[in-house]
Amino acid sequence: MLTPEETQALRLSLEVAARSVLLTLPFAIAVAWLLARRRFHGRFFLDALVHLPLVLPPVVVGYFLLLLLGSRGPIGAWLNDAFGIRLVFTRQGAAIATAVMSFPLVVRAIRLSLENVDRGLEDAARTLGAGAWDRFATITLPLMLPGIIAGAIVAFAASLGEFGAVITFVSNIPGETQTLPLALYTALQTPDGDAAAARLALISVGLGITGLLVAEWLARAVRSRMGN
Amino acid sequence: MLEIRCSLARGAFALDVDLALPSSGVNTLFGASGAGKSTLIEVLAGLLPAQGRIALDGEVLLDTHGGIDVPAARRAIGYVFQDGRLFPHYDVEGNLRYGERRARGRAARVRFEQVLELLGIGALLQRRPAQLSGGEKQRVALGRALLSQPRLLLLDEPLAALDVARKQELLPYFERLRDEFSIPIVYVSHAFDEVIRIAQHVVLLDRGRVTLAAPLAEACLSPLVHAITGAGVVGAVLEGVVISDAGSEGGSAATLVRCGELRVRMAQTTLAPGAHVRLHLAADDVAVAREPPRAISIRNVIAARIQRLEPGEASVLVHLLAQGERLLARVTHGAARELNLESGGECYALFKAVATHGRRFERAGLRP
Repeated sequence: MLTPEETQALRLSLEVAARSVLLTLPFAIAVAWLLARRRFHGRFFLDALVHLPLVLPPVVVGYFLLLLLGSRGPIGAWLNDAFGIRLVFTRQGAAIATAVMSFPLVVRAIRLSLENVDRGLEDAARTLGAGAWDRFATITLPLMLPGIIAGAIVAFAASLGEFGAVITFVSNIPGETQTLPLALYTALQTPDGDAAAARLALISVGLGITGLLVAEWLARAVRSRMGN
Repeated sequence: MLEIRCSLARGAFALDVDLALPSSGVNTLFGASGAGKSTLIEVLAGLLPAQGRIALDGEVLLDTHGGIDVPAARRAIGYVFQDGRLFPHYDVEGNLRYGERRARGRAARVRFEQVLELLGIGALLQRRPAQLSGGEKQRVALGRALLSQPRLLLLDEPLAALDVARKQELLPYFERLRDEFSIPIVYVSHAFDEVIRIAQHVVLLDRGRVTLAAPLAEACLSPLVHAITGAGVVGAVLEGVVISDAGSEGGSAATLVRCGELRVRMAQTTLAPGAHVRLHLAADDVAVAREPPRAISIRNVIAARIQRLEPGEASVLVHLLAQGERLLARVTHGAARELNLESGGECYALFKAVATHGRRFERAGLRP
């Protein structure tokens, strides 16, 4: 049904999106916690920094990533020297680029659900002998699960569609960084590529609808687990 | 002994308390809304930071000078909140086990099956909190706190969110809890009828300060308490033992109760001789006579001495001493003048045997 090239782009897109979500969640939960629960100097600065990808052109984000994480960037060079990890032109790099782009959306979703968690329940857990991490793991985290799932879905969807930051940071390499939107763009640039572009567009639509259905099913499962 | 000396300020409200409470039985924190009752027990539980020193049976929980502040999670103080606060993502059993699991290593005085039996929640184990009624939620919350093996149990108006019928349904559970476990309780309430039923010791709070700390019987006589309870609840509390039931009283259908040296006739009850009872004798139900009345249906005619008069707006509360027991009678200003009631005077306290009806509470294990 699908050509090998299409299968490759689809699988790569899913892989990059999945990695991106896994990468995003722990940091997003930590940052959402800081922003929702802690009062500290620089909180406003952190909030602004987190939201920056939302207001910058994706190409600019990709450019900054290149500066920081590129082979000669301060972090990129260190990663390369210390661990032999190279991010530019790799799918890991693509996952990082999409993670950074979707980060503000994920933080927003998680923060919102965290602010809705009844702190009285955490107090009740305190009186029952639960320490800080224990409370977080057994009360706070499960109660913010709807927000975490919503955040993960948003991150996944945004990662599938991310274009500017990916192509700027890790370029457009078939089989390594060429996700669906990049493949579609390439097809459009190719003479006689119209049919291929249309097929890729259809695949994207199918993927989107499947994603929405899965998200709805997940949300229902969580709601029924909460006893509502 | 529970020693509390603490202070904290929150906006316009300031709590400043210096208090020593017996670490057994039920201490009630009583006062109007906003008096600081809940704030004080949140400080006890370690949920609110405060200045000062708190020690329970010699173990220091808070000492801001000595740099000690045992975290709430390690105070082993159980807390039942007004709104229950059951964890919505656990079923009833999960809620009950939550504290039990974290109390390992502490001497287990309360067993799981015992709590199910005492609170009658065995059939609810697989339910979610959202599927419970208000009364059931509070019973589960109480069980959850008990199973955390607390050294002290704090109850923050546990009945306030319930309607009257649910309250009546739940109160006996608290009485059984008081009588079956030797866990000291601090019970917060703004309803004095609850206090009368459950308390041994009463602490009155007013705008963040303790204005009275006394055993229940004494607190019932205090004008400070009278000022905030409903008039109908003002009255003396007597603790006694049933010494004979109806049959042995020469056919008169009454139960005889001995309160110290005083003998009180109660409307016929099912109580067996030897049962401990707490009688609440409302001041409104007690009349005063200068001479012993003859041929009267009132079963209790007790010689008493007037200790003092407590004049109010519409009436006078007469404090009486009868064979070592104290009683309260409410009379009008006119009656007080006409009978020439004054402190030191002799008189007779009159109340019907049925006056104690519905105001007597069986006490299981406690000696008055």
